[in-house]
Amino acid sequence: MRHLRSTCRGFAALAVLAAAAQAHAAGSVLDTVKQRGVLNCGTDNAAPGFGYLNTKTGEMEGLDVDLCRSVAAAVLGDAKKVKFVVVTDKSRFNAVQTNQVDVVFAHTTVKPGRESAITVDFLPIYFYDGNGVMVKGTKISSVKQLNGATICTTQGSATEQTLAGYVKAQGWSASTKVLTYENLEKLFAAMESGRCNGMATDRSALASWKANAPKPADYTILPETLDKSPFAGFTVANDSRWRNALRWIIYASFQAEEIKVGSADVAQATKSSDPFVLKFLGTGASFGPDFGLPTDFVAKMVGQVGNYGEIYDRNLGPKTPNHIDRKGTLNAPWSEGGAIYSPPWI
Amino acid sequence: MDQLALSSLPSVGVVSPATRQRRRLLRIGKQALIVGCALGVVVWFAFSVRAGLARNGIAFDMGFLAQPAGFDISEGLVITADGLRHFMSSDSNAAALLTGFVNTIKVASLAIVLSTVLGTLVGAGRLSHNWLVRQIAFGFVEFVRNTPMLIQLVFWYFAVVLKLPGLSDATRWFGGIIASQQGVFVPGVVVAEGGSVTSAWVFICGTACFAAALAAPRARRWLLGSAMVCLAACVALGFPLRWSLPAVDGFNVNGGFGASPEFVALLLGLAVYTAAFIAEIVRGAIMALPKGQWEAAAALGMSRRSTFRDVVVPQVFRVVLPAFGNQYISLAKTTSLGIAIGYPDLFNVYGTVANQSGRSLEGVIVVMLAYLVLSWFISAIVNFFNRRMLAAGGAR
Repeated sequence: MRHLRSTCRGFAALAVLAAAAQAHAAGSVLDTVKQRGVLNCGTDNAAPGFGYLNTKTGEMEGLDVDLCRSVAAAVLGDAKKVKFVVVTDKSRFNAVQTNQVDVVFAHTTVKPGRESAITVDFLPIYFYDGNGVMVKGTKISSVKQLNGATICTTQGSATEQTLAGYVKAQGWSASTKVLTYENLEKLFAAMESGRCNGMATDRSALASWKANAPKPADYTILPETLDKSPFAGFTVANDSRWRNALRWIIYASFQAEEIKVGSADVAQATKSSDPFVLKFLGTGASFGPDFGLPTDFVAKMVGQVGNYGEIYDRNLGPKTPNHIDRKGTLNAPWSEGGAIYSPPWI
Repeated sequence: MDQLALSSLPSVGVVSPATRQRRRLLRIGKQALIVGCALGVVVWFAFSVRAGLARNGIAFDMGFLAQPAGFDISEGLVITADGLRHFMSSDSNAAALLTGFVNTIKVASLAIVLSTVLGTLVGAGRLSHNWLVRQIAFGFVEFVRNTPMLIQLVFWYFAVVLKLPGLSDATRWFGGIIASQQGVFVPGVVVAEGGSVTSAWVFICGTACFAAALAAPRARRWLLGSAMVCLAACVALGFPLRWSLPAVDGFNVNGGFGASPEFVALLLGLAVYTAAFIAEIVRGAIMALPKGQWEAAAALGMSRRSTFRDVVVPQVFRVVLPAFGNQYISLAKTTSLGIAIGYPDLFNVYGTVANQSGRSLEGVIVVMLAYLVLSWFISAIVNFFNRRMLAAGGAR
């Protein structure tokens, strides 16, 4: 029924914007969230490792999901005070514009048009990915062999445009088709049935769909990366109070990993002799109040959800079926040569 | 009009012209007030939306229609200065929407024809004297009518069409038809390469003569003769058309006519779903005929088949046409479910355009207008046939 929902959103946009003109004049989303006591967070539910509804446990899990929980823990003091709202690649931008959700973490690539024309504000990049193509069988070993093929992707994704540009740049025949589906679930079902010669999306998603396939060996991820796709969360535009708080919540997660404060030792760290660690965790002095956040927002967040490294390991680490190597990639902390980097706090 | 005037007259006494005039003015005043209020609400709403958009830094701007789309559409044609060709990612957003609209019209028009044929057969089947036919028709209608269209569509796509064999393993039916996961392909007639232009014109003349022969019985012999002469000339000059068989070539099929799996699934889904409703309309219309007509036909010694063809059907079609019109409009709008299976209809393409350009409000207005025009067009056609049928039957 998603298509219906998205039509409704067109009207919801009208109605909400009309109402917003009157009622929602001032005030930040930050205040709304605190008043409501629950964070409405937009995620995917069909992207293993990022936003996925585990059918065995009935729980949402993934990197995106844990970032939602981190925000809830930081802002409201409880990682459980979050309502997950499922968004598709297509519906996610409207969802924040209409205040249906407060923030979206849904493996979203940062692109200029999304900040200028669609007008959302991006948060810091939390995962570095690239688009790739997966095929069935082992006959095809390079994207270049897909001239004339049917390549499938999701509607409204960054890959959709990347792929169109790639097909054009390669000068492929007119019989090359780009077929788009609403979500990854339908895309993979079509791929599995043999409708698509290739499935194009972010490499991390390809890896997890391959791993979760009935017979992973049936699928080959081609070596080429079509384009960069850095993931970031995003919020409604022009709300710098909310956006700044969120930016530094994400940075706090990175910073906690850097100074090696994890969920297990956060209680001990509050007794640290290092004045920075004390201020960071909100013992005595704190960074929180100036952002409109509780004094102990970092301690609560790291204590309940863990730092970025723990979140990564839980969802994409070697023990998970969605394992994506971290060491030596851009996703390693900057202290280990990666690009997961928090600006200095003092 | 007379009845209206009568009912609005007071039951007692004679009303003076002045009173009548005053009442008339009062009535007009009330109507004007209501219309004014409604307009006021619309204007207030429009201004609020504009203010809300401005607050979020979004300007209302149709300029996105001229910008290049930057995405591909899996099937569909676009009209350009060089004629019809496949949509390309460098075409404008407006061209993309037009391609989607053409796809919508394509699937809707075929589904309307199919559902009418199937629905009429099933509707007649429900009144058949044959027990088995009656029960099958009943089961079909009940099952199809009482499950959601969206679920049926997903069933047709994933459980039927995509369960067909892959292109390399597909069987060739009757020597040329290929039904595979990559689509259904049938042999077709195409313009032959290297055919002379004269030959093509002669062929067009011949076809025109043949068509004229069908329309004008009086000059039939003469026109048919001309058509034969043209045909002979065509063969002598090199025939401009050739039979084209679909042939598997790598990932694709060359030659013949092809329909994508998404198109086939949507067509089947729409046709079957609407057929169930049309069947009920047909059944109701047949049952509404006075029993005396069947009896009179029987008394005249007409067979059941002849009764059906000469007595029942002509009357039934006069009754059902407006109801069919409703179903057709509903069908045309239901094509927007195509998004569930990746068929690039208007609504699906709108989604991509809105998402890539950020212009959902402007886009939704364009799309609503397009559906409105389509629905109006369908009801205009149905009304046209309805009037013609009424006039022909002299029912007025």
